[in-house]
Amino acid sequence: MNTKQRKLIFHFLPHTVLVLIAISFLLPLLWVLVASVDLSAMQSLKIPENLTLGNYIDVIASSENQRAFLIGLVMSLGQAVLVVILGLLAAYPLSRYQLKYKKPFMLTILFMTSLPITAVMVPVYQLFLSLKLYDNIAGVILFYVASSLPYGIWMLKNFMDSVPGDLEEAAWVDGASVFVAMRKIVAPLMVPGICTVAIFTFSGSWGNFFVPYILLQSPEKFPAALKLYQFFGQYGMVDYGKLAAFSVLYAIPSVVMYILSQRFMSKGFGLQGGTKG
Amino acid sequence: MSSLTLNSPHRKRNTYTWLYFLLPSIAIMMLFFIYPILLTFFYSFTNLALTGESARELKFIGLDNYTRMFQDPAVRISIWNTLIFLFGSAVIGQQVLGFLIALLMKHKNKLFRRVVGTIVLAGWVTPEIVSALCLYSFFGDNGTLNAIITSFGLPEVTWLFTVPMLTIILANIWNGTAFSMLIFQAALDDVPSEIEEAAVVDGASRWQILTRIILPYIKDSITTNMMLVTLQTLGVFGLIYAMTGGGPGTSTTTLPIFMYNQAFINYQLGYGTAISLLLLLIGIVLSLFYIRSMK
Repeated sequence: MNTKQRKLIFHFLPHTVLVLIAISFLLPLLWVLVASVDLSAMQSLKIPENLTLGNYIDVIASSENQRAFLIGLVMSLGQAVLVVILGLLAAYPLSRYQLKYKKPFMLTILFMTSLPITAVMVPVYQLFLSLKLYDNIAGVILFYVASSLPYGIWMLKNFMDSVPGDLEEAAWVDGASVFVAMRKIVAPLMVPGICTVAIFTFSGSWGNFFVPYILLQSPEKFPAALKLYQFFGQYGMVDYGKLAAFSVLYAIPSVVMYILSQRFMSKGFGLQGGTKG
Repeated sequence: MSSLTLNSPHRKRNTYTWLYFLLPSIAIMMLFFIYPILLTFFYSFTNLALTGESARELKFIGLDNYTRMFQDPAVRISIWNTLIFLFGSAVIGQQVLGFLIALLMKHKNKLFRRVVGTIVLAGWVTPEIVSALCLYSFFGDNGTLNAIITSFGLPEVTWLFTVPMLTIILANIWNGTAFSMLIFQAALDDVPSEIEEAAVVDGASRWQILTRIILPYIKDSITTNMMLVTLQTLGVFGLIYAMTGGGPGTSTTTLPIFMYNQAFINYQLGYGTAISLLLLLIGIVLSLFYIRSMK
């Protein structure tokens, strides 16, 4: 093999490998997109004979599905708002005061961000039974809030550290209380940070299946994730078109959240916090 | 550090204000996060069950759940399955594939990078139940993969029955690789190009540049990413549950699935809790490594 051939191989090989990887990633996704507009969708990817929006219309028209989406939105939004408010409150003293146990506290928080919540679900279920919170949407939101607060506090504290304290002091001199200074001065300067935490909390909860699956029982309280799973079990083998349409609709908020997060995310951001499993 | 000084009037006046700020968060985390973890330790020593005699009377049974766990062949199978799943999809799959994609994409045409990157990211952004569905239909008996294979004149394969573990590993790779790709893209961008150029001038081969310069330079990213991806994969439930339900038989029953079956199908909550403790301990060890790598 001479140098020229070698150069040629090193030029084309990476492209070929990447194209092959991209195709294998694309095929499963393409199916769900194509099947959702195909009147006679099947399990395998095929060119639709009759293009239709009927699948989407059927899914959207069902009041059960509407409720599932609404519940999902309420749960995810409620969680995001609560995590941001509680997280901001907690981040304030952690960022502004010199507390004695700050370092161990922050390390505990970091430690908690990385624990798999799958592992605590059995005792949480037991706890919910004894607190009479089982099959209660508000209970699920509370648990979600608790499980994403460590991440929220960690991120918001880091964002708050970058807001200079002089501005608050000036506000205090003018007679503002700590709360007013926080709401009018600190929070507005942290909008990107707040949005990042809200978006991550929202999409984490929107995509989560295990937590509501364990903590909810009545089908009329199911959020979209559970409804989709139920749909999968009931009609999955029969009606691929509708199933695909439901999946696409359910994935839209996640995609929107990801696109929004791109506006706030800085490089290498992923390593600053943990993930949830 | 903030510029607030010790003699600032507000600081003096509100010495304990910080408590009010922290209290709501601490209370809610204590009740719904830390307390359940402590309960895990407690319940794992009891005969807690949802039905039957032991449902009425909670008894301490010492280490019985643990002796049972270590004798139970099903536990051994689940641990083994979990290790295969972790190694296949987290270590080899997401980590190596993510690195490979990031490395190959370097210095490529911008549009090309964008298209490939977006496709890989799409799998990551997709919620896990939808991912399960997409991959289920891809590997299904009448699915896309078999359609491709038969068009080449090869016989159909019942992927979900013949190689179920491989299908869930590939599904998790599909669902998670983009995270590693993003981390490694950022890490590779930080490798100073002068060092690489100098090595090229000195006659280093591509392989030498990779193993002697790039990999040592991004060592910390590799460690941290490895911990995060492993922790993430350890907790995977919905993806496997929706695709194979842990089957056929016990061939894809990982620890989370086994825990779920024991606690909610067989109603053995105490036993299920002992298994979740095992899961938790693996998680705690990995998290400690993760925190060390962050410092």
